[in-house]
Amino acid sequence: MPEAVVRPFPAPKPAAAPLLSVRNLQAWYGESHVLHGIDFDVAPGEVVTLLGRNGAGKTTTLRSIIGILRKRTGSINFDGQETIRLPARQIARLGIGYVPEERGIFSSLSVAENLILPPIIKPGGMTQDQIFTLFPNLRERLFSQGTKLSGGEQQMLAIARILRTGANLILLDEPTEGLAPVIVEQIGHTIARLKQDGFTIVLVEQNFRFASTVADRHYVVDQGRVVDMIRNDELDANIDKLHSYLGV
Amino acid sequence: MFELLGVSPQVLFGQLLLGLINGSFYAVLSLGLAIIFGLLNIINFAHGAQYMMGAFVAWMLLQYAGVGYWWSLLIAPLVVGATGIVIERLFLSRLQNVDHLYGLLLTFGLALIIQGVFRNEYGVSGLPYGIPRELAGGNNLGFMFLPNYRAWVVVAALAVCIVTWLVIERTRLGAYLRAATENATLVGAFGINVPMLVTLTYGFGVALAGFAGVLAAPIYAVNPNMGADLIIVVFAVVVIGGMGSILGSIVTGFALGIVEGLTKVFYPEASSTVIFVIMILVLLVKPAGLFGRAA
Repeated sequence: MPEAVVRPFPAPKPAAAPLLSVRNLQAWYGESHVLHGIDFDVAPGEVVTLLGRNGAGKTTTLRSIIGILRKRTGSINFDGQETIRLPARQIARLGIGYVPEERGIFSSLSVAENLILPPIIKPGGMTQDQIFTLFPNLRERLFSQGTKLSGGEQQMLAIARILRTGANLILLDEPTEGLAPVIVEQIGHTIARLKQDGFTIVLVEQNFRFASTVADRHYVVDQGRVVDMIRNDELDANIDKLHSYLGV
Repeated sequence: MFELLGVSPQVLFGQLLLGLINGSFYAVLSLGLAIIFGLLNIINFAHGAQYMMGAFVAWMLLQYAGVGYWWSLLIAPLVVGATGIVIERLFLSRLQNVDHLYGLLLTFGLALIIQGVFRNEYGVSGLPYGIPRELAGGNNLGFMFLPNYRAWVVVAALAVCIVTWLVIERTRLGAYLRAATENATLVGAFGINVPMLVTLTYGFGVALAGFAGVLAAPIYAVNPNMGADLIIVVFAVVVIGGMGSILGSIVTGFALGIVEGLTKVFYPEASSTVIFVIMILVLLVKPAGLFGRAA
């Protein structure tokens, strides 16, 4: 393991004032202490990935930010507001959209119902037409049961329903997991398009090759801590170190 | 007139009507239970007592305030629903993270307390509640006499069931409800106030029981035990329809009422057990119920 693993990682300040700032985030599942002090910042319009091995704490970090995991301490500051003590529904209403790892498509709802389920929380969200331009498949499957879609279509639906809400920070948990390469490429184009449109994205990924096509910076998470930050344009120079972190 | 297996049409249709009326109560009550079970995962054993409360609130409104049937049909469900909201906020919301058995035990205890209080206050002999003037009398259909009030009960129950089903299946509120039934945590992470949704849903389910109680008041004597007698059958209806299935509870409620009525005609000895026999058969063949989805 590189030396950086064993010492706390000082989160570097991004150029712009951060939209999301996480400091000394600790979290527990019951009695199990899972996050031991996560620190990172995300500037407005940035795409940032959390990379790491299975069980490193990436998904837990997202669940803590959105407030699904209530047993947490430290500081999570979103757009100037401290959210660590807020319940998930209030955090979402500040403008954070969450796309879970398992996609969270509701089987008792049609595609159309899944799409409009999250309420609009801010102006500036995409219209249905804009969403259908981005994901044309969804228009054709509007009245299908949500879980009858293919894995790729379900992932698109999970992302699409957040884009309607006006959320300006999107937490994307392993959007490419289990998908065919052609769909992964499509998800990559979508993230690039969202970045162009000014969305800020925190992306949890194990596939750093995919991450490198969309992200500005990568935070490496290991054993519940951020142990390194690598800029995307420095990724090639740090590839051995990254392999070591990820155990590739 | 024709006879079917030696049974006169008057008897046959009379029992069918009785079955349909019982089915109306089964449907409205099991609908409330299904809604509550779907979202809260609580088997609301207090449902029978809340049905009884609806009848008593209507009786009290008339006795002490001179408020008649039609206003009671609106006010009593609101009052009983409000008590449900208090129960959910005070007790049930604290049981979210423990075994569902605790919810069952709590509501069973509440049912005993509520029934005990009313029994202590009003005795068990039953209190009369008249049929509203507008619905007095009936019509001779040739093959049977149809009392207006009983026809109204069937129509009102059917209307409430259809409207409730439409709200759950065709509106955004219903979509929230169905989604929260599947994954309440994620629905909360979308910014939807799930605890409020749960409270209002319990209140609505309980209000349905209160509504059924008001409908029942002019037919049965208003009695502290009227819910206790009915609730066991209603639970069987819910199990047959499929726990938490909205459509299942409505269809099964009406259908089993009719089956019960027909059994009274052709084999009266089995009329009080036929629903439980069907329940056993359904559990053997389709454990999730006729309309339920296997876990």
